[in-house]
Amino acid sequence: MLLIKSGRVIDPASKTDALMDVLLDGQVVKEVGEPGRFAGLKDADILDADGMIVAPGFIDLHVHLREPGQESSESIESGTRSAARGGFTAVCCMPNTRPVHDNASITRFILDQARMVGATRVWPIGAASVGSQGEAIAEIAAMKEAGIVAVSDDGKPIATARLTRQVMDYCRSLGLPVIEHSEDVSLAAGAVMREGVTSTRLGLRGMPAAAESVCVARDVQLAQLTGARLHVAHLSAKGSLDQVRWAKSHGLSVTCEVTPHHFTLIDEDVQYDSRFKMNPPLASREDRHALIAGLADGAVDAIATDHAPHEPALKDVEFDRAPFGILGLETAIALTLEQLVHLKKISLQRMVELFTVGPARVLGIERRLAVGQPADITIFSTTHEWTYNVNDSPSKSRNSPFDGRIFKGAPMATIVAGKLAFRRN
Amino acid sequence: MIYRFRDLLALEPLSAAELTFLLDQSKPFQEIQRHPLKKLATLRGKTVALAFFETSTRTRISFGTAASRLGADSMNLQAEASSLKKGETLLDTAFNLNAMKPDCLVMRHSASGAADYVARHLDMPVVNAGDGTHEHPSQGLLDALTIRDRKGTIENLNVTILGDLSHSRVARSNIHLLGKFGCRFTLCGPAMWVPHELEKIAPGTPIRSVYKIEEALEDADVIIMLRVQTERQHEPSISANDYIHGYQLNAERLKRAKPNALVLHPGPMNRGIEITPEVADGPQSCVLEQVTNGVAVRMAILYLLIAGDSEDGAHPAVRQAPATPTAHNRRSTDDAAQHPVSKGKDS
Repeated sequence: MLLIKSGRVIDPASKTDALMDVLLDGQVVKEVGEPGRFAGLKDADILDADGMIVAPGFIDLHVHLREPGQESSESIESGTRSAARGGFTAVCCMPNTRPVHDNASITRFILDQARMVGATRVWPIGAASVGSQGEAIAEIAAMKEAGIVAVSDDGKPIATARLTRQVMDYCRSLGLPVIEHSEDVSLAAGAVMREGVTSTRLGLRGMPAAAESVCVARDVQLAQLTGARLHVAHLSAKGSLDQVRWAKSHGLSVTCEVTPHHFTLIDEDVQYDSRFKMNPPLASREDRHALIAGLADGAVDAIATDHAPHEPALKDVEFDRAPFGILGLETAIALTLEQLVHLKKISLQRMVELFTVGPARVLGIERRLAVGQPADITIFSTTHEWTYNVNDSPSKSRNSPFDGRIFKGAPMATIVAGKLAFRRN
Repeated sequence: MIYRFRDLLALEPLSAAELTFLLDQSKPFQEIQRHPLKKLATLRGKTVALAFFETSTRTRISFGTAASRLGADSMNLQAEASSLKKGETLLDTAFNLNAMKPDCLVMRHSASGAADYVARHLDMPVVNAGDGTHEHPSQGLLDALTIRDRKGTIENLNVTILGDLSHSRVARSNIHLLGKFGCRFTLCGPAMWVPHELEKIAPGTPIRSVYKIEEALEDADVIIMLRVQTERQHEPSISANDYIHGYQLNAERLKRAKPNALVLHPGPMNRGIEITPEVADGPQSCVLEQVTNGVAVRMAILYLLIAGDSEDGAHPAVRQAPATPTAHNRRSTDDAAQHPVSKGKDS
């Protein structure tokens, strides 16, 4: 048994925000009670959470674990260790592996690997189309049986409106959400950052915000047509968020996520440093404000990292040639505190919601800290001061623009299925 | 006044005083271009690495000539002959060049920021000879020098830039340099070549976009033509006939500018496309002066970056005199020494 003592329990599902002790037994939550309630307990390990927040386990809807195929950039082991260090108890891994995760044998491989060496739970996302090529529908039903939680052709959108419609129809019947990387690839062709004054000044080819919002509009219309559950990944533009707001106001099952880097950085921060290159690219100042407003008012459902490791040999090249993507797992909580909570844009309760109930709802599951629930717990501090040193990361890659940043607030302990997956010293 | 940068990567970060200094430093080297014997020994024993990862004739030869006239040796790397095709990274290529111990790297690359990226990893000075669609600092300087020679000033001029602005590194360097001297810009071309964002790349500099050449030429002191370039465009272009019809600079249209307006072109020109031969060869054209000034500006750049901080501020042409009393050196020295700028530096 593990007793989490004296922490401030925040559980958005039950609107709890109180000092409580939490007792875990094996893989489930055994009891939750007022502080000191379990004082007489003999054989429990004790984790002192005095001054810390105790929350249901955080879920990251969007990570790239690079296994199988690109293990020099990340593996299921290294990626989940990074996740645990970042306070996540479950991560959803995108299917753009090599080969692409478009069949059930790869689903089983990922889940087996996660069981053997994973530090957190791994919830795989299968490809929507064979090879994510946008031509034929992947064997989604078989992958669902094997354990996928959603489908996506992430890295690119589902190629055509026709196929998107078919995938949506099929997934509605299977009860799976369709996660879309919304991008009009013809508008974005050749672009390496967001189009704007900065891209023009730097002479870097930009993609307009419309490259994203045009595709979100397409997908929202198709979600209306099919009744499917659509989740817009890494939403970055105000115009896209307006589409999602419209969908929600019309009762559609449309959700979206925003990454910490998009609510922290903007295109003006790009200076030929490939650690600032990701897709969708850093957006405008106005977009960032719109995203923060959406995170605060509920239009945005989840914060997801889009953790995209690339080994230094791939990433340390000219800006034009560098692959898109940055690390995100270990800085998500700290950036959310820094940008949103400390600046009073959102409450702590809302922050926890964006990492728990929000992503869970996207996947059609529950997330709460209550008796009988899985013993997945995220414990973090809002005051702990630390410096993020990317060289300390268990990730195999180093592509973070936040290396060396000083933070106030950090993940302190991560408990997965009743076991300590990470604890900050 | 000391040039405070180790490299020359862009004109944007330079102040008006620093830009004036660079232009003034070019003056004595302009004199040298007029002599029958043009070679100095200032950088004798030094080596300039010329790495052109993108096709270039004029700029490469101009930098090579500048190095040679300063007495430096040069090593040449051209994209076709390079290891890049064999999979070597830009940085590894740069490290390999560096290992041959040149004193300065002059590089052109199709990726914006490439020179900046290499400079961050090398100890030696790096000169950006054009990076993607970002900047072309030596072109910006030689254009300004040409304008200053003809007009006597580069202050408060109406500058019109015509053509494919969106893909032009020359235009960006022109704006960042001339803008610091109070020049006002009119950018003109088909709308997809003149993104509105360009109006904001140099805060404080008045920049407007217009789509009619007649309007753009009105009251212009300087007209900078840009080559209609096919190699750097990712998107569908307008037809050549439409361009000629709408934007070609011909004698009739040129009349709308001020009578003594200058016409510049960074070359190579597409005669009959963006400019008529009549204008290109006319009295207002500065095209060949630009080329001559290019060598002088590049000599100044190489001199400042390689020898600049190791000297006591004396101008090379002056300082060099006693070293090798050959005819051409002496002559260069004498003439250069008569120049007010070099005298000023010497005293």
